[in-house]
Amino acid sequence: MSLPATTALAEYLDNSGRLRAERVRADFPILARQINGRPLSYLDSGASAQQPTSVLEAVNYYATHQHANVHRGVHTLSQLATSAFEGARETVRAAINARSTREIIFVRGTTEAINLVAASYGRGAVGPGDEVLISQLEHHANIVPWQLLCAERGARLIALPLTSDGQLDLDQFRTHLNSRTRLIALAHVSNVLGTVLPVQELIAIAHQHGIPVLLDGAQAIAHEVIDVQTLGCDFYAFSGHKMYAPTGIGVLYGREALLKAMPPWQSGGDMILTVSIQGSTWNELPYKFEAGTPNISGAIGMAAAFDYLRSVGRAAIAAHEHELAEQATAALQRIPGLKLIGTAPGKAAVISFTLAGVHPHDIGTILDHEGVAIRTGHHCAMPLMDYLGLPATARASFGCYNTHADVEALVRALHKVREVFG
Amino acid sequence: MDLADLYRQVILDHNKSPRNFGRLVPADAEADGHNPLCGDRLHVSLRLAGDQVPELRFDGSGCAISVASASLMSEAVSGKSRAEIQALSQEVIRMLTQSNYTPKRDLGKLMALAGVHEFPARVKCASLCWHTLLAALAQPHATVSTE
Repeated sequence: MSLPATTALAEYLDNSGRLRAERVRADFPILARQINGRPLSYLDSGASAQQPTSVLEAVNYYATHQHANVHRGVHTLSQLATSAFEGARETVRAAINARSTREIIFVRGTTEAINLVAASYGRGAVGPGDEVLISQLEHHANIVPWQLLCAERGARLIALPLTSDGQLDLDQFRTHLNSRTRLIALAHVSNVLGTVLPVQELIAIAHQHGIPVLLDGAQAIAHEVIDVQTLGCDFYAFSGHKMYAPTGIGVLYGREALLKAMPPWQSGGDMILTVSIQGSTWNELPYKFEAGTPNISGAIGMAAAFDYLRSVGRAAIAAHEHELAEQATAALQRIPGLKLIGTAPGKAAVISFTLAGVHPHDIGTILDHEGVAIRTGHHCAMPLMDYLGLPATARASFGCYNTHADVEALVRALHKVREVFG
Repeated sequence: MDLADLYRQVILDHNKSPRNFGRLVPADAEADGHNPLCGDRLHVSLRLAGDQVPELRFDGSGCAISVASASLMSEAVSGKSRAEIQALSQEVIRMLTQSNYTPKRDLGKLMALAGVHEFPARVKCASLCWHTLLAALAQPHATVSTE
């Protein structure tokens, strides 16, 4: 038995190669439901994206036909589960162009991936008086692990300032590097501003100084093809649920030489080679960093999501999201009192905004009432909000299944907000 | 569930022109309240005269529900005793958190918050000021959080 064949690429594109978003939308069952009696316009994929049928089916197929524990049994199901799980790892490796599956570590999500690097690599590399460099626009997941590490090691956490339109300046970056900088941890794409950082240039500069770079790819992974070799990053962290896969699965990519030298993080079953009461030896990569039974079905779901994105066409998805974001930006700018937060050129399909006289939380409630789901609040980026001098923003984020109708629903609902608040 | 139940005219009015907005310096008691979910920050300061609270002021930033709730609270508690404030706060919090709760006493303008219960994501916005006030009364310089 096998899974249904991947849908042919042509089905998702029109004659001029543009994404048929309505066709994509049909793959996501949840989008057919109503919210508060209105069709759902889901504009919160930046927080968590919905899952297509192929992902749901892959997870279900595994649970109904193949489930057992991995790397343990000689029985048929355990072998099937192991081969499905390791097959998923190979799919992820190929999707991000890592050199080897030894560089693909399954974790719970971006947060756990960064914590792993802080706890394992960080404790070895960062000592008293050293510095860890981040930026002002980071998500809490790429701030707090470094804060804890620096506090423990007597090191300093330095945050790069931003330009007025929410970008990172390369010259500023250079001046912040010094002989004490041990690690640089940056978002690939800002979850609030949508700014795409010039990561390739930043990494090249960092490597001239011999400093490794971790990228938080949570907001990038669904929107562009990540090639870790082209980027040259040392670590890349991302979550499944931001890329149409289930929650509770994520990946830490790490360069093999670094991972090899790093001590284990969590310990227990599966990560060991031998255990005696006197001491233990560690399993090879990537298992050294995967203690305990992993999220097998999550990994399979993530692989199915990568397959899905490939079958739909990554370039067409990126072009579609970009077009929607441009259309939405233009439409939002016409709403009286609306201010866009984050206007960097080439930004991702994430639009943060405020509305004069209306708190974002109220915007969120009224939009929800109109069937439009957006995120409101500080977006787990309180230092960035302080920097912007804002308590909160409203944020619409776009995915492959959004259509022009969603943009229109957003604009209509924002006029409704104006109506309520007079 | 109707939006008009949440955004009643009284609430929109108190949001637009909050009463007793500001800070008593020095205050006999004060507290900070945080709602980490939405980033609301609220400061409540009190003047105390024996058992009475003759004056209350609040400031901070928050949504319409949290600002209006604090404004309505400031009007409702000024001039009341600690015991009266305790009883009143219990009634308001019950109204916000329990379905179909009929308050045992006339809550006056505070009844405008009755619709908040239908919007579970917003209950904490309305209750933050009351928790902050209770914290200030219990301990003259306190910080509370809704999480």
